[in-house]
Amino acid sequence: MGRLAIRNFVVGLFVLVGLASIAYLSLSVGGLSVGGGDGLTIYAHFDDISGLKPLAKVTVAGVKVGEVVEIDLDDDYRARVEMTLDAALEYPYDTSASIITAGILGDKYVELLIGGDDKTFIDGDTITFTESALVLERLIGKLIHNTSVGDGN
Amino acid sequence: MLRLISAVGERSARSIEQLGDISIFGCQIVKCFLRPPLRFRPFVKELHKLGVLSLLIIGISGLAVGMVLALQGYIELSKYGSESSLGGFVGIVLVRELGPVLTGLLVTGRAGSATTAEIGTMVASEQLDGLRMMSVNPIDVVVVPRALAMILVMPLLNAIFTVLGLLGGWLVGVRVMGLDSGAYIGSLTASVGFQEDVASGLLKSVLFGVLVALVSTYKGFNSAPTSEGVSHSTTMCVVTASLAILVSNYFFTALWGM
Repeated sequence: MGRLAIRNFVVGLFVLVGLASIAYLSLSVGGLSVGGGDGLTIYAHFDDISGLKPLAKVTVAGVKVGEVVEIDLDDDYRARVEMTLDAALEYPYDTSASIITAGILGDKYVELLIGGDDKTFIDGDTITFTESALVLERLIGKLIHNTSVGDGN
Repeated sequence: MLRLISAVGERSARSIEQLGDISIFGCQIVKCFLRPPLRFRPFVKELHKLGVLSLLIIGISGLAVGMVLALQGYIELSKYGSESSLGGFVGIVLVRELGPVLTGLLVTGRAGSATTAEIGTMVASEQLDGLRMMSVNPIDVVVVPRALAMILVMPLLNAIFTVLGLLGGWLVGVRVMGLDSGAYIGSLTASVGFQEDVASGLLKSVLFGVLVALVSTYKGFNSAPTSEGVSHSTTMCVVTASLAILVSNYFFTALWGM
């Protein structure tokens, strides 16, 4: 190989390594899904989502099966959470959704408790059984209220 | 007093004039780039000079920055018992900020200054005038391949810097501090998102590439044809490009978050 050919080779190698790094950052670290969109879209209504954000994970038994796409309010002023789930799995009709916190200060995510119904969710269905997020402040407030009432007696 | 005010006025007018001058220069580069033929061979040569030869400094810096981030982060995070989110900390800091900015500054020092000095010396030794005499547009032959290579090289070097930084963080976090490897990588992938982190970091480095390309070629092209003039424009290239990177970084981040 001539000097020029070696240089071309090295430059090509450099560009490929750079592109591979970009691909690694985007796909593996950044979690960009290629050719996505064939997931199952399901809605769930919660009284309180406190801190759940789009792109939060949806899990079954702790294993990630999808993510939160969009959050808005429904007509009854409850939070309507849109999720896309892995379409390869089947979700029974009485599956319930609850909002869980990872650790004490961690991110909020949605955990699905798989039910036993024969009928399964199809695209666009809404989960009926939901459990709202546990709000630490409200819990502490309730505790303080209860103990002060207890002292009075 | 009056003289002071008019001195301020002159300074401001001159800096605005220079800004306009740079913009016109940028438009000329784009015009020359769009008009064929595209000079491929000098472009590859510049890719080699600006990109491949910067790999060593980028690689070592990335590794060192990632390692020190993990070290500092581990000490702080362990106070709250959340060492397991070290991967996310190192990842977000590297991908969003330190990767693009430090790569930009390093490339400015390593390659931007060299570009300015090279073009400046061409001006001083009247090579560009020689090209003009042969009715060859010096922007077409000298500036376009360098500017183009700089813009392409910046995101590639940024990605390499960031990946090596993540590796450095992993080395310190997992191998030295004894963190669980799965926890490091899990928290990394959970915290770093594509659109808000990776895309923003890569776009930032493209922006910095444009800035450094513009400043380094402009300063070289307009340097005084003396050895002092070349050294002055090389200094000014590093100063201007570094400031442009750091200041534009803030505004890009603010706008991206909206």
